[in-house]
Amino acid sequence: MMGIFSALKRVVPKARSSRDAQASGLLGFAGLPAAPIRALGPRLCFVPLMLLLAVPAFAAVGTPEERLPDPAQEARAEAIGRQLRCLVCQNQSIEDSDADLARDLRRVVRERVAAGEDSTRVIDFVHARYGDFVLLRPPVNAVTALLWATPAIALGGGILAILLMRRRIAATPEPAPLTEAERTRLAELDETPRV
Amino acid sequence: MSDAPKPRRRWLLYAPLGIAMAGSAGFYAMLRGLQSGSYDPRGVPSQLVGRTAPGFDLPPLESANLPALADADLRGVGRPFLVNFWASWCVPCIVEHPQLMHLARRGVPVFGINYKDRAPDAQTFLTRHGNPFRRLGRDEPGRVAIDWGVYGVPETYLLDKDGIVRWRWAGPVTPEVLEQDIGPLLRRYA
Repeated sequence: MMGIFSALKRVVPKARSSRDAQASGLLGFAGLPAAPIRALGPRLCFVPLMLLLAVPAFAAVGTPEERLPDPAQEARAEAIGRQLRCLVCQNQSIEDSDADLARDLRRVVRERVAAGEDSTRVIDFVHARYGDFVLLRPPVNAVTALLWATPAIALGGGILAILLMRRRIAATPEPAPLTEAERTRLAELDETPRV
Repeated sequence: MSDAPKPRRRWLLYAPLGIAMAGSAGFYAMLRGLQSGSYDPRGVPSQLVGRTAPGFDLPPLESANLPALADADLRGVGRPFLVNFWASWCVPCIVEHPQLMHLARRGVPVFGINYKDRAPDAQTFLTRHGNPFRRLGRDEPGRVAIDWGVYGVPETYLLDKDGIVRWRWAGPVTPEVLEQDIGPLLRRYA
């Protein structure tokens, strides 16, 4: 679930630049010529659909005065904020949350970015206070080992199951050939006219 | 295919039952933990436990005639004590207030940090419900709370006599929390 959502959200900043959108011709509904969508064929039709589903992420929560005047710094602050979990709502990043604490943390992040602090150090600042829980991408350690290993375990288990099934199919003996009596009976049945 | 399962693989027949039983045992333990509060999947463990409080210096609530609170006040208290984050707009804070009053009457130092509150509202709360605090700092911007890793009110921290944080409780201090957690901790760190 989380993976799907964060994947969608990570798509959004790219689509925000209308130049990119125009170039790829995917945002026909945003006042651009609609023809390229048809030209792309049915297989790519799901892309605008996915963008449509991601619309809630387009709506920035913060008020304009919250944003940094420098667009490059604001983009960096947003990128940092998207990696930090809102501790009140817990399934949103602080960039997407309306909670008071999320707003405070957005302000902390922006102050530090405006002061020219390195992105990793800004994240470390919040991480030191709220622990692994605040990171939407948890670090690999003893507690999260199982979480990170799950895809490999699932894939390995699936491959093992397929191999075992194939071995079993290969080991199944061919059925014995039909006897003469059976063959005659089969021929009789075949010749019986169907009603 | 048509053969009966080989005897040495018989035990495999019981594997689904075993898995289901292990799953139910785990689920039961989880539900019990949720009920007793020992397991909280939404809980954010405190990073302060085992460390001293971060540096801060908060202004007082003028009308309450209580001394203000700074990190220096948390060192050399000489006995275990509590630091409580609260606000007048916080309903669970009303629930836990009698327990804080009880601790204060027993002589346990309780220091308060008033979180994102208006001074008159905080004063009205203390007038109405009583004042358990020895010292009270006002954290109106909520910055000190972030330094402590607070993610909601009320939150209560137990510090030992050297000022090292030993325990944190996110949520109201109910009579059960008082009896099962705070009581034994106060004895252990006395």
